Amino acid sequence: MAKTIEGINEKIKKGKAVVLTAEEIIDYAAEKGVKRAAQEVDVVTTGTFGPMCSSGAYFNVGHSKPRIKLGGGKTYLNDIPVYTGFAAVDFFLGATAMPEDDPRNKIFPGKFTYGGAYVIEELVAGKDVRLTATAYGTDCYPKKALETYISLKEMNEAVLLNIRNAYQNYNVAVNLSEKVIYTYMGVLQPKMGNATYSSAGQLSPLLNDPLYKTIGIGTRIFLGGGVGYVVGNGTQHNPGVKRTEGGVPKTPSGTLCVTGDLKMMSPKWLRGTSYTGYGVTLTVGIGVPIPILNEEILRYTAVRDEEILAQVVDYSDSYPQCIPGNIGEVNYKQLKSGRITVQGKEIPTSGLSSYLKAREIAKTLKEWIEAGKFFLTQPVELLPSADSGIVFKALKERPIKKTA
Amino acid sequence: MQKKRIVLNYPSRLVDQPVISKLVKDYDLIVNIMRARITPKEEGRLVLELTGKRAGMEAGFKYLSEIGVKVQPLAQDVKWHEDRCTHCTACISVCPTKALDVERTNMEVSFKRDKCIACELCIPVCPYQAMEILF
Repeated sequence: MAKTIEGINEKIKKGKAVVLTAEEIIDYAAEKGVKRAAQEVDVVTTGTFGPMCSSGAYFNVGHSKPRIKLGGGKTYLNDIPVYTGFAAVDFFLGATAMPEDDPRNKIFPGKFTYGGAYVIEELVAGKDVRLTATAYGTDCYPKKALETYISLKEMNEAVLLNIRNAYQNYNVAVNLSEKVIYTYMGVLQPKMGNATYSSAGQLSPLLNDPLYKTIGIGTRIFLGGGVGYVVGNGTQHNPGVKRTEGGVPKTPSGTLCVTGDLKMMSPKWLRGTSYTGYGVTLTVGIGVPIPILNEEILRYTAVRDEEILAQVVDYSDSYPQCIPGNIGEVNYKQLKSGRITVQGKEIPTSGLSSYLKAREIAKTLKEWIEAGKFFLTQPVELLPSADSGIVFKALKERPIKKTA
Repeated sequence: MQKKRIVLNYPSRLVDQPVISKLVKDYDLIVNIMRARITPKEEGRLVLELTGKRAGMEAGFKYLSEIGVKVQPLAQDVKWHEDRCTHCTACISVCPTKALDVERTNMEVSFKRDKCIACELCIPVCPYQAMEILF
């Protein structure tokens, strides 16, 4: 009989739910068979811990006396500019935001050792940050300048809002040129001296629910060490790509937009991250529980690294010039072995997403559920899937007419 | 035979003296120079791997300290901040000596000091500033 979310939550409440991680389910399903495993297992937990640039947080810092209207003025946290285009004391801090003038970034290739993501990590760690602002002053908000320390617990709201996280699969990056290049996929050595990849593979949330049969708006998740929710599909959600027979996309595909109370999160799972010659980003820990409602869903969660394919892309030319295509296809078992072969050449591989930490997240979420501290949610709406007709558009530039 | 990885600090008055050749000729040591640098104030820093008999090694160190060259083990200069490491493995494909290595069964990264040659290739590659070399 097919299971329901309510039924699984009843079992969680009684401490009787059977929970396995996306790694543990592989051998379990192989041993017991899909049918029996689907009957016995209630939840499979997933995890990922990787750099996710489209992350950020919004804050309400409370009103000063006299009042100041940060909206429309300039506001900084530890010299990192925030977006103030809201009401008086609300603003948004983006993970990749950088100081306006950091000398460390000006010497080639640039260190990029500080930015928005580091401010988020420091705030979550309970540290004071410097809030500085200038405003134009109004009758109702007369104050024109502000300089103060502030910490997370003094704020009214502090909410993580990441508009694109947990990419379902990703490229493998190589460099075909003759010189070292500095990319968001790390430092790439010339003539395919190394290859980098960024996915937790068989542990990754969306690779365990490839056609979004259980994940949707309102799904409760592990986010940054606390509890968060799926807002909906992330930006660039592109479900209509080529897939394997098992439904697993062969290229970057689905994404998640997620949110959660920053005050409940931990600096262990929200880490400021710096890519030499590229910029700053936030490494985010996300774990999504997958309810095993039927055999089909169980089969998806039992996916193995060798069944997940990724495209090898040249980041010296194809990627920056937006030229489609790949120079090879490999699977995650090969990537994790430390060596892949591309165009006849053996290349050492490096991950950017931590498999060890992804496993820890899946285990932590499993423990939360087993302890009756975390319950599953019925999504309000599932994410748009392969049949949605979504087309991923490139920007078509149209010359702006100059008016006399 | 012994093998040691060390860092030599030269005062400016010794920068133009043939110190290493003494180690080779008088103390029968095999010298592998891994890094060398003279700073703007003309203090010299050398990262060496020395191989030789115990007696030669001890006499060589005595000679170095007598002429005023400070010797310290290389390990002191290289730090792996384990709390900052996320085990992402970004460093693994660039480390030439496997000082930074990963246990493939659980994907856990480890740092073996004695294998490190302080080449600094890991420094720009680590996104979490987990590696620090005070050279």
